[in-house]
Amino acid sequence: MRRMPYYVFTGSLALLFLFPLLWAGFASVSPQGGTAQTDGWGFANYGTLADYQAGIWQYLLNSVIVSGLTVLFTLSVSLLGGYAFARFRFPGKNALFLLTLAILMVPYATLLIPLYVLLNRIGLQNSLLGLALVLTMFQLPFATFMMRISFEAVPIELEEAALVDGCGSVRALLRVLLPAVRPGLITVGLFAFLAAWNDFITPLVLISDADKAPLPLAVANLRQQVMGIIDYGATEAGVVVLALPCILLFLALQRQYIRGFMSGALKG
Amino acid sequence: MTATLHKPPPARPGAAPTPLRRRRQALTGWAYATPTALFVLIFFAVPVLLVAQMSVSDWGLFAGNRGLNAPENFVDAVGQRLFWPAVWFTVKYTVITTVLLIVLALGLALLVQEATRWSAFLRTAILVPSALGLASASLLFYALYSPQSSPLGFLGVGSFLGTPDRALWSTVALIVWRFAGFYMLLLLVALQGISADVYEAAEMDGAGRWRTFVSVTLPLLRSALALCTILCVTGSLLAFDQFYILTKGGPDNSTVTIVQLIYNAAFAGANDLGLAAALSIIVLGALLILNAGQFRWLSGKES
Repeated sequence: MRRMPYYVFTGSLALLFLFPLLWAGFASVSPQGGTAQTDGWGFANYGTLADYQAGIWQYLLNSVIVSGLTVLFTLSVSLLGGYAFARFRFPGKNALFLLTLAILMVPYATLLIPLYVLLNRIGLQNSLLGLALVLTMFQLPFATFMMRISFEAVPIELEEAALVDGCGSVRALLRVLLPAVRPGLITVGLFAFLAAWNDFITPLVLISDADKAPLPLAVANLRQQVMGIIDYGATEAGVVVLALPCILLFLALQRQYIRGFMSGALKG
Repeated sequence: MTATLHKPPPARPGAAPTPLRRRRQALTGWAYATPTALFVLIFFAVPVLLVAQMSVSDWGLFAGNRGLNAPENFVDAVGQRLFWPAVWFTVKYTVITTVLLIVLALGLALLVQEATRWSAFLRTAILVPSALGLASASLLFYALYSPQSSPLGFLGVGSFLGTPDRALWSTVALIVWRFAGFYMLLLLVALQGISADVYEAAEMDGAGRWRTFVSVTLPLLRSALALCTILCVTGSLLAFDQFYILTKGGPDNSTVTIVQLIYNAAFAGANDLGLAAALSIIVLGALLILNAGQFRWLSGKES
């Protein structure tokens, strides 16, 4: 009983943080003037979303493609790079590692202006592939750092045994090391997915074709739909579709998430 | 962290240090590092050089490169009507956000540090918003603040974004909501690294709770607090999504940030990539100087 005020205070605090999320879910299905859902409860707002321009499936697909490619590129590049940095001596190694970390020092906006020009030159303008490549580059400092420390934490004897057994470095990597660095890969993949799924300014600058917009951009554009009248119901539904995968992933992989924050504290 | 970075690489298993072996090792190492090197070269090093070139060139969005014009872009950038108001607003926003977020995050970290199930629930509740993207969070608050759909009418605030001050504070509230958990987590990790012995010693010396907090806890959290400050200052100076979505820079251009100026110069209105590049270089320079200063302040404090 003595701790009652503590529970009341912290409980309301938790509620304060959860409230906007709960409200968005609630408001997206509740009746509201000026939206598709004017009386009774239902999913009409999601219907508006589904019918918006190219349709929500197109935007969802764009987002899934971009996030999938970004995760794939980030995992493969940082797996090989982390292995190289942790286990090999080669000229230019420290310079390359520092240059990779230096990506963190340069603001997104500074890089996006020349990247817009560069992607135009190499024919990747306005493409989901180009977008995924750029998003992968933004992930590399964290991913490379994370994979390097993951490999360094693996006892060298493990690899030695594999090499004595006649495995080459590729087979040692795939058979013996890959399972050992799996937690690091999960963290890197999770962060790459969340970053790519949620990024706003990169597609805003690099994607000019409305049909190729990933979901955050499409939902932001949807607000100016008809003659400046904003359909808040559809916006709320869009927020739910955007947020739900992130929240579910977070709840399922909370420990990986926290681990990433701790070891990746250098990430902006 | 630095310890792992500078640890000498372990010798390659079974590798006698013959020149041939060493060359083979270097080649294999480079082979594995090649994808990283290509990404860093094409999508980072080349763009950095390109933005430097663009900043001194007459470079239109559609017209492309029309030759050098230094220092015109820089003169135009600083001479823009909105340049100094944007700088001032961005700095003001950064100071408010950083102070509020760090004080609040520290309070939350102290509040939820116990190893009970209730504390674990609280930590999760406070952390959930940081799983959202900044753009999604901004869209959510956009609906939350709109007069038509807002459930916050009972607060009697009226318009949340109507005046410059309200727009600023409403955005700060969004950012605090979205990021408090993240900074709480960083501080919580540092708090849990403080050994119980230190607190015991303080108690034996007869220090009260407040005195223990000020002379034991805070000094031991110094590097974590410094890290939070650096992350928060850098993030806030580069603010874009939240203002682009929530306030559109309004009312009356009162909430235009520097990154919004860059975006507007390039894609909305001026269509002048040279001008945008010059602004980008200015931001990059300011950030590098600031970070160098912060690192010096950090390392000076630690020695």
